[in-house]
Parts: sequence; structure tokens; C-alpha cells
Amino acid sequence: MVKCRVGPGRLRALRNPPRHPRGTTLKAIATTYNRGHHRLAVILACWTFLLIIAGALVTSNDAGLSVPDWPTSFGSWYKIPKLVGGVKFEHTHRMIAQGAGLLTIIFTVWTWRVEKRRWLRVLALAALGTVIAQGILGGLTVLFFLPPPVSSAHAALAQTFFCIAVAMALFTGRKWVEEQPRVEFDQRRPSLFTLTLLSIFVLYVQLILGALFRHHGLSWWPHVLNAVVVSFVLAWTAVRALTAYPQIEAVRRPAILMLSLVIAQLCLGFTAFLTRIAWGQNAVQPELPMVVSTVAHVAVGALLLATTVILAIQVWRHVPVALEERLPQAQRDPAAA
Amino acid sequence: MNKKTGWIEITVGMLALCALLALAACSKKEEAPAASPMADQPAMAPAATPIDPATVATINGTVKFDGPAPKASKIDMSQDPGCKGMNEAENVVVNGGDLANVFVYVKDGLGNRTFDVPKDPVVLDQSGCKYHPHILGVMAGQTVQIKNDDPTTHNIHPTPKDNREWNESQPPSSPAIEKSFAREEIMLPVKCNQHPWMKMYINVVKTPFYAVTGKDGKYEIKGLPPGDYTIAFVQEKLGEQDQKVTVAAKDTKTVDQSFKPAAE
Repeated sequence: MVKCRVGPGRLRALRNPPRHPRGTTLKAIATTYNRGHHRLAVILACWTFLLIIAGALVTSNDAGLSVPDWPTSFGSWYKIPKLVGGVKFEHTHRMIAQGAGLLTIIFTVWTWRVEKRRWLRVLALAALGTVIAQGILGGLTVLFFLPPPVSSAHAALAQTFFCIAVAMALFTGRKWVEEQPRVEFDQRRPSLFTLTLLSIFVLYVQLILGALFRHHGLSWWPHVLNAVVVSFVLAWTAVRALTAYPQIEAVRRPAILMLSLVIAQLCLGFTAFLTRIAWGQNAVQPELPMVVSTVAHVAVGALLLATTVILAIQVWRHVPVALEERLPQAQRDPAAA
Repeated sequence: MNKKTGWIEITVGMLALCALLALAACSKKEEAPAASPMADQPAMAPAATPIDPATVATINGTVKFDGPAPKASKIDMSQDPGCKGMNEAENVVVNGGDLANVFVYVKDGLGNRTFDVPKDPVVLDQSGCKYHPHILGVMAGQTVQIKNDDPTTHNIHPTPKDNREWNESQPPSSPAIEKSFAREEIMLPVKCNQHPWMKMYINVVKTPFYAVTGKDGKYEIKGLPPGDYTIAFVQEKLGEQDQKVTVAAKDTKTVDQSFKPAAE
């Protein structure tokens, strides 16, 4: 019997898989594709990306406290203040955030009504909990005058929520629900799945270091130093994915995207360094090149983290780890499996 | 307890925790000290040490900038149509070699003397989307009256190290905000979060012996009792320079100072 790090459902499906010249295909767990539900998940993910850009604009324009109260805005729950100066960025961010909260509530309720997969229902609930926690962190950072740990936690949780939203869009998609995933066992060490998890870890560390620098809690050099580590780990992961499993589209696509985003992010990071630290340190106000480069750096960083999460999920699905201690040599050949 | 019920209970628990946090955050705001001039004042101010007016001395002088005058940075106020003021930064203001906006104060030499806090407030005005004055001196406990003469909303946000931080909005034509600072603090930054170019500094001192250099770089400190003093000259970008000076009764001493350009 094949023993590998896959769930019981996938193990059942592995017992009589159809043969493939190089690998094995799995039968998907029976569930139905719901177009409306999936579209809402995609809208939520896009909306969250917009929200991250709006949040980055608040920080880059130094407008975090232009609306001094929370949860009200200038004492009102519903009135839109005059959108000038810093208020334009801060209040727009709050309105988009309210929209994200509303979309998450609708998506969670819909998921609990139509979704058969229990783990996805739990994930939707976790998304709701995350968006509530994120709103509270945003409020606390206003009430306590932007303390670096709280503001950084707010920035990190935003991208965590974005990753959850993107993952939910993937899980509700037609391809995920209806495809028969092609599976190849990974016998190399470290496994590709381990590498993707390591990539997520170093990216998350990078996110926290970057957020702490942006919110004046840390110098710039730890973020720049860790960028070297991130580049190495992500390049290793992408090269492994592209050389070992180029035939699996679900792995190849996010790997190529991840590699492209790493290159773009390095260029943006360098530009942000120049505009903010080298040239803009004594600027009397936030200047356009600094705002554009830092916001783009945050946005591409969010896309990179989400892409890496998607890659990890697809690797988990398509390239499960074969455990040497449990898997006899004869069964390590995918065809034999 | 089955698994499903467990998940629901965990979720409900998390939501309740979040609600409690939100409540705590809201109540924190309500519990914050009232924004009155008395809020930051020491509980009991000791009686002022008398000074013989017949013996007091004066220190005056000029602060120079030793180097080519830096070009003032331009400010872009286009993000708010309500801002129509002069669009130049005031971080280093040099006129013909004279350095303006230097805070000069008696840093040391007054021992344990105490001084009455003036009843009159000092005024900080917002007009043309700039703070006037750019550098302000005030005694600890003295009222700072903040006015808004602009047709737009401002946001006053001091970011002190040793005093209480606050952040308040001030719409056009609204009454003046009155605040005070309890502890001595030099170059306490104040900014407007609505207009990121709006920055100024408040200098909170325990004595009335301070001055700010004008456009001609000149300052004058009157009413000093005879003694040995350390005079500090503080500029927001160029830092602090100190000078020792001894004044006798009825003396008038000139103490000039010069600053070099900041190293890039």
C-alpha cells in the first residue's frame, strides 16, 4: 500500500488510479462547481488586492492619522468627509475595507449554505475571523498613534487575508473542483513541498521586516539583507519546480509567475530604496516617485506571497512527498504506484 | 462535544474576544484625559524664586549660518484646494548669512530656581496650510492656543518623547484648541496628518529664559539673574550647540553663534 503525506480521501483515490506514462492521476473528491460562489471568491480576492494598495497609499502618504478617530470617521458612522489631503487616502482605505468585510460576510454565509467540503467552510470562517481581527488592528493603530508593532501586524495580516482569499478563489474554481489531478511522487530531498513552505516562511519574515521598516520600528538593512535569502530560496524553489515537474501545468504556471514576480520585486525594492532612503530621506513631504515605488513594492510583494501560497497548494496536490521509510523501493516508481 | 460544535464554539469565542478588544479600544479613547490646559500640569507648582529686578542681566546676539545658504525646498500643496500659502519649506531659513528659527535657551545655571508659569497663552496659528510660528517656545504648564485660519480642516498631532501624545482635528472656523505640556522637551515635533508638509516644533522649558531667532538671526533673553550659564542654540536640522557665559548684575552680554551646514 502506498503511504504518503496525503489525506485519507486522496489515499482512497490512489488505490486504483488510471495509469499515465510518467505519473499517476487522482480522482477528485465529489463536489459541485458553483459559478456564482467562485466568482464572489475571485471578486473578494481582487477587492482585497485593491485594499492592500489603498493601505499602502495611506502609509506612503503619511496619512495614517488624518482621520483621528475609530471606528467612526470624524465622529460619524456613515458621512463621507471632504476627501482632501490625507483624508482622501485614509477614508478611502476605510471604505474599501468596509466593502471587503461585507464581501467576506456574504462569502462566508454562502459557503456555509452551498459548500460540501467542511474544510472550506472552516476556511471561510477563518477568513471572516481574520478580516474582523484586521479591522480591529487597523482601529488600534489609529487609537494608539501608529505603534510600529500594531501597524506592522496590520500590514502582515492584510497579506495573510489576501492569501486566504486567493486560496478560496482557487478552491472554488472549476479546475480545482472538476479536474482529475495528475500526481507524481516527490522523492528528492528537500522535497518541493518543503521548499515551497520554506519560501512562504522567508517571504513572511520579509513581509514583517519590511512592514517594521515602513512603520519606523526597524532599520532598513534587515529587510534588504533578508531579500538576498528570499531571492535564493524562491529561485531554488522555482528552478526545482520547473526542472522536475515542467509537465504539470498547475505547478509550472505559479512557479514561472513566482520567478517573474521575484525579479520585478527586486527591481521595485531597489527603486523604493533609492526614492525613499537615498534620495528622499530629507523630503519635506511624500514625493510621487517614492509613493509610486513603495506602493508598487507592497502590491507586488502581496502578489508574490499569494503566488507562493498557490504554488505550495498545487505542489501539495500534484507532487505529494513519498516517505522513504514507509515507501518500498519498488513502489517509489510512480507507474508502480 | 462533537467536532462541529467545537469549531462553532471556538469561532464564537474568537469573535467575542475581538469584540472585547474593540470595546477596550473604544473605552480607552473615552478614558483619555480631557483636552484641557490643566490636563498635563503638575499637581502643585512650587512658589517662584524671587529675582531682584535691579540686578537682572540681558543676553543677546546673532546666529549665523557658516556656508552657502541652502535652497528652500518647494512644497506642493495641490492635494488640498483649501491651501494657498507660500510653498517653501522652513527647515533651514537663511537670510544673508543670518539663521532664523533657532531656539535659544538657558540650559544650565539656574539651579533649583522655580518660575511662575505665565497666565497668557502662546498662540500657534495655522494659515496658508503652514504653522506660524515654525518654532515655538513655551513654559511647562503654559497654555498653547491653537487656531485654524484656513478654509480647510487641519489635524494637530504632536509626537513627543516625554509628554503625552495626542491627535485632534480642527475644522475651519472652529474654536481654538487649548493644550499644555507638562514636561520639559526640546524640539517636540508637531505635524498635520492631513497635510504632510506641515511641521513645526514646540520647545517646552521650565524657565522663561528662552528666545527664537528672527529672520535677521537675532535673539534676546532678558531678566536673567547674575550667574554662570550654559546657553543652548538648537536648530531642527543642524542640531544643538552650547556656549558658557557669565553675566554680572545689570550686564548686557552679546553671545553670537554660528552653525555649519549639515553633513550630507
